[in-house]
Amino acid sequence: MSIKTVDTAGKEQAVVSNDDVVLEVEDLVVHYVLKKSVVEAVNGVSFKLKKRRAIGLVGETGAGKTTTALAIMNLVPDPPGVIKNGKITVCGKDMLSMKPHQLEKIRGKDISMIFQDPMTSLNPVMTVGEQIAESVRLHEHVGKHEAMKRAVEMLELVGIPGERAGDYPHQFSGGMKQRVVIAVALACNPSVLIADEPTTALDVTIQAQVLSMMNDLKEKCDTALVMITHDLGVVAKMCDEVAVLYAGRIVEYGTLEDVFNRTMHPYTEGLFNSLPKINNRHAPLKPIPGLMPDPTRLPPGCAFADRCRYATDACRANIPELRRVSDTHSVACSRYEEPGFSIEGWRHG
Amino acid sequence: MDKLMEVRDLKKYFKTPRGTVHAVDGVSFTIERGKTLGVVGESGCGKSTLGRCILRLIEPTEGEVLFEGTDICSAKRRELKKLRKDMQIIFQDPYSSINPRRTVLELIAEPIKFNNIIPNATETDIENRVLELMKIVGIDERLINAYPHELDGGRRQRIGIARALSLQPKFIVCDEPVSALDVSIQAQILNLLRELQHEMGLTYMFITHDLSVVNYFADDIMVMYLGQVVEKAPSEVLFENPMHPYTQALLSAILIPEVGANPHHIKLRGEVTSPIDPPDECRFAKRCNYVTEGCRKGTPPLLEVSPGHFVACHCIKPGGINTLKETVVEESEEICPCPPIE
Repeated sequence: MSIKTVDTAGKEQAVVSNDDVVLEVEDLVVHYVLKKSVVEAVNGVSFKLKKRRAIGLVGETGAGKTTTALAIMNLVPDPPGVIKNGKITVCGKDMLSMKPHQLEKIRGKDISMIFQDPMTSLNPVMTVGEQIAESVRLHEHVGKHEAMKRAVEMLELVGIPGERAGDYPHQFSGGMKQRVVIAVALACNPSVLIADEPTTALDVTIQAQVLSMMNDLKEKCDTALVMITHDLGVVAKMCDEVAVLYAGRIVEYGTLEDVFNRTMHPYTEGLFNSLPKINNRHAPLKPIPGLMPDPTRLPPGCAFADRCRYATDACRANIPELRRVSDTHSVACSRYEEPGFSIEGWRHG
Repeated sequence: MDKLMEVRDLKKYFKTPRGTVHAVDGVSFTIERGKTLGVVGESGCGKSTLGRCILRLIEPTEGEVLFEGTDICSAKRRELKKLRKDMQIIFQDPYSSINPRRTVLELIAEPIKFNNIIPNATETDIENRVLELMKIVGIDERLINAYPHELDGGRRQRIGIARALSLQPKFIVCDEPVSALDVSIQAQILNLLRELQHEMGLTYMFITHDLSVVNYFADDIMVMYLGQVVEKAPSEVLFENPMHPYTQALLSAILIPEVGANPHHIKLRGEVTSPIDPPDECRFAKRCNYVTEGCRKGTPPLLEVSPGHFVACHCIKPGGINTLKETVVEESEEICPCPPIE
């Protein structure tokens, strides 16, 4: 089954000229300006993603994961959202300087997004086949019949029998709806796929099916994946690189092995210590005390300092910069300026 | 053995225009005092309905629920009100389970007043008791007059716990108490529930879909599938030696947050089928990788295959006789074909 699009060749050229980097986010700052306050949702996020790689954006509610994703798509609701600073390049194209009609051509074609809740992201009065075909017809000069044929192929690719293309979303279960959403997103063979908590609403066995399928499709379609999740298990299964976000900043960034096996940031350590260990049920949970700071009143120093057991007065004074510790691994923690400092670390179950 | 709760052949059917939903279909178990029973299963398996039935928050269709020897199902209103003091529930969603127009004080005081827990109490007595409860569950004193919208999910869930504790219950049903919370907050609440259990000798029924949480929390685990129990065992036994094909698949689907820890999971065919008028056969047969002709003949009974380890499968018999043979899984079935929804 071929799902290569007509002008894939042209797209690949653009990619190659940029050293295989399909997505680049540079110093992104997004604020939500409300009547009485400003929510500082994203405060300087930068990362790069190469073709066929998967990056996990990990963090808790309010860390700025979804806002980052929306900014990449240039979909931040405005007002109240304001992209204060930053540059986003998708396949060599500057997303933030595009006009709406230009964006329409890029969204769905160069870059697609899957939203968390499959129940609400499909149109209830269109058959699933029509919804996939719609995306194909928007981006490629093909007839109705040809588009529908592609829709059926896409459905089969995500494991749904083609004859169900004429069914409506309510006739599908949650897991199957999420597959349809994935089929819509991948219909035009995008270079980058952003998945915002794609399996959070699904049951465990269905989650496992959908994730395996996404992995297969990523390989087959040469897609780069941005996986937004709070679940470190999903990251371990799906991602090559990890960026841990806290209060709108990346606090640790590296390969999966860097972040999971050579954890450096106290927050990352805290996340791992909060999880029950499957192989050792008697290991006590060590929660991170306290709460994430109010994003309208971020502290002047490190946002994690108040919950951090390693914090010093210096931590509360200055915001730590993300500094390289190896070719692939960076961490934003001022304590590492002291020679010999290390965190206690966490142990696998 | 000191049984606090004994459930015998509990059934709850819902009549719908499309047929009868067998939400809970012949579930029996006991919970010993001071222990935790974990109930796991996917959405629609009847775990929440079960939790509500044993408190008689919804009327069971059939069966007995004995709490310290008293049958809850046949209890009269007044009796039930008394029994409910001993049996409480903590709900999943801390955003919708508390009244947004009440302050923390009012919310926690409400059950105390309603059940007349402190006889002839003055407002000060009640406020003192509320402050005491707030301290136990870890809510700052200064928040006593705060409204729920001013609080985050973790604190709201603490209010839910304080309300349950205010009646000094013996038994609490925890219905997905941490699934709406962030990981770091989740650990705080789990630790709190565990401490409370040790200090007050509470007995829990812990309903969840998260297997790593139930492994941490429960003494015994009961796995449900479409309204029935398919396997029940002490937690260590279940995780070390899962026998039912569904339990095996469920455990293999857990994503462990370690590099290279999740190579493969057992692929199940299709998705959970409809609980409306299920046929008299093993309910897992349609998705089972080991299905045989025999599986279509009647619902398998829950048998004790080794001490304390119960399995409901036609192919597994007491004494560890296991005739499971992989039947149909082909390599080409990388992506599960999904049958049309009935």
